Amino acid sequence: MRFGGLAILLLFTAFFFVPMIWLFLAPTKTDGQLVSDSPFAFGSLSTLAHTFHRIVTYDGDSLLIWLKNSAIYSFGGTALAVIAAIPAGYGLALTQFIGRRLLLSITLIVMIMPATALVLPLFLEMNKLGLYGTIWSLILPFGFFPFGVYLAYIYFSSTIPKDLLAAARIDGATEWGVFRYIAVPLARPIIGLVGFFAFVASWNNFFLPFVMTYDNSQYPLQVGLQQLIGSTASFNPANYSAGTSIVVLHRPDLAMAVIIAIAPVLIVFLFAQRTLVTGMLTGATKE
Amino acid sequence: MSIPSAPAVTSGRKSAARGGRAAGTREQLAPGGSRSAGYFFVALYVLLLLLLGVAPVVYAVYLALSGSGGLTSSFTSAFSDFRFASAFEHILEFMVIWLVSQTFLVVALVLMLHNLSQRVGAAFRFLFYIPGALAGAASVIVWLFMLDPTASPFGFILHWLGYAQFDNTVAPGNLPPIFAIMAFWTGAGGWIVVMYGALNNIPHELLEAAQIDGSNAFQTAMQIKLPLIRKWIVYMLVLSFAGGTQLFVEPTVLGSAALGVGISKYWSPNQLAWFIASEYDNFNEAAALSLVLLVLGLMVAALLVWRGRLFEVE
Repeated sequence: MRFGGLAILLLFTAFFFVPMIWLFLAPTKTDGQLVSDSPFAFGSLSTLAHTFHRIVTYDGDSLLIWLKNSAIYSFGGTALAVIAAIPAGYGLALTQFIGRRLLLSITLIVMIMPATALVLPLFLEMNKLGLYGTIWSLILPFGFFPFGVYLAYIYFSSTIPKDLLAAARIDGATEWGVFRYIAVPLARPIIGLVGFFAFVASWNNFFLPFVMTYDNSQYPLQVGLQQLIGSTASFNPANYSAGTSIVVLHRPDLAMAVIIAIAPVLIVFLFAQRTLVTGMLTGATKE
Repeated sequence: MSIPSAPAVTSGRKSAARGGRAAGTREQLAPGGSRSAGYFFVALYVLLLLLLGVAPVVYAVYLALSGSGGLTSSFTSAFSDFRFASAFEHILEFMVIWLVSQTFLVVALVLMLHNLSQRVGAAFRFLFYIPGALAGAASVIVWLFMLDPTASPFGFILHWLGYAQFDNTVAPGNLPPIFAIMAFWTGAGGWIVVMYGALNNIPHELLEAAQIDGSNAFQTAMQIKLPLIRKWIVYMLVLSFAGGTQLFVEPTVLGSAALGVGISKYWSPNQLAWFIASEYDNFNEAAALSLVLLVLGLMVAALLVWRGRLFEVE
């Protein structure tokens, strides 16, 4: 490849990757150093420790509460998504029933439709049902995961031969037995994949919890992060006026909070990239 | 493929299946099992679909149609709201910038990457893909930093453009391109990976034949590779369009950085719908507005499923 092409690729590498590097260096510096030092300078480990301590103890232990909330909502939603999606994908792929094709088409449509389009109708519904402000207003919608059903459907229809199941049935296995003792043991990779995608979708969701929670003690991290911006001096100097007792945060603290919020997903992205790409290709490029 | 536990399970029940009519019935049903079993397996999912996919939409339709001024009053008052047109103008401007630049850049980058060696290409794809791990408020905050001329590693560019302070950068007129940059940063890598995968499906012989016929790299890219990934480009465009109409996180999070004065709480249509619901308690009008957005998303999805032939339904 010619020099020009490579230069363009490096330019875009900078665009995609420099913000990440900057983010991870920011908490090692003080706010003053962030302005005065080179953007790529490393501050010090003791500053990092101070930043970490300041953000974790900010406003009681808000961050830890949000972290716990995020975990409850995401793991609850993920568990429900997996429990619903794996049998459903199996049923769609390997059993016959009236309405099967219709269900498959609806699943595809809801999967492609932006999930955010349902947020306000869900808010109105949860409000009516009296579930607004409860963990169910988040766990139930997170558990409804048509993409997972589609992934499981593709997996079961391409990896498990129908003859195998037919043989088991002839041998007298019950429908449940066929699923439990043949399909599930073969489905471990897809359980992991559906679980991961459901987890990421729930963990990173902002709009739904933004709408469904109204109290600091209910926020997940994504919504909590937005609250932190309001306390960050350089973005909201009005809150910084002298004499107030509000603990003021600085840019390195906010960067540290972002790192804590993205850590779980980022770790999986880094170490399971190959699996993820396979999953994306299953979901998006199946022909 | 091994099926370790299967024989152990089936052996105990063999005799039962062989007795009498049961065996005949089973054989008829064998290819797909019994119908009731199918219903059983999809039951929980169907319940969730009805409760969280269908019911909210039905209820929103009911709310939208039961406005105090008659059947269509919620829709007419939503459409005539002075904020309605500007919210749609905002996302229209955002989407034109985003979709045009994303389409051009993703295709250009993926074609360039495909000319590199497998290993070097993989390294680039990995670096482009990583920002996809950040979504929601996290990626917006990262870009708040990047747009802050005093701390940003891209500060020299911002200064060169004449922005010395954060509030210069996030001036209202700059918001559509800013949101386009954010969306491109988190989303482009995933599309590059997907399209690279599609390019790898092109038979090697085809590319070799083109080379022998005297086609240079540029001609091969334009005349052979591009047509073969065309449907993925269309897919990306359509999905991005549907997602773009829903814009909410970016303006909401950016708006909470108060220095960015001039970012209203109803910058995008979804924000406007939420504003009407939460500030005025006008659920009828909020439902009407959210249905407009829902129909946009639904139409795009239905179009892809029935006309696009991108997905395997059988």
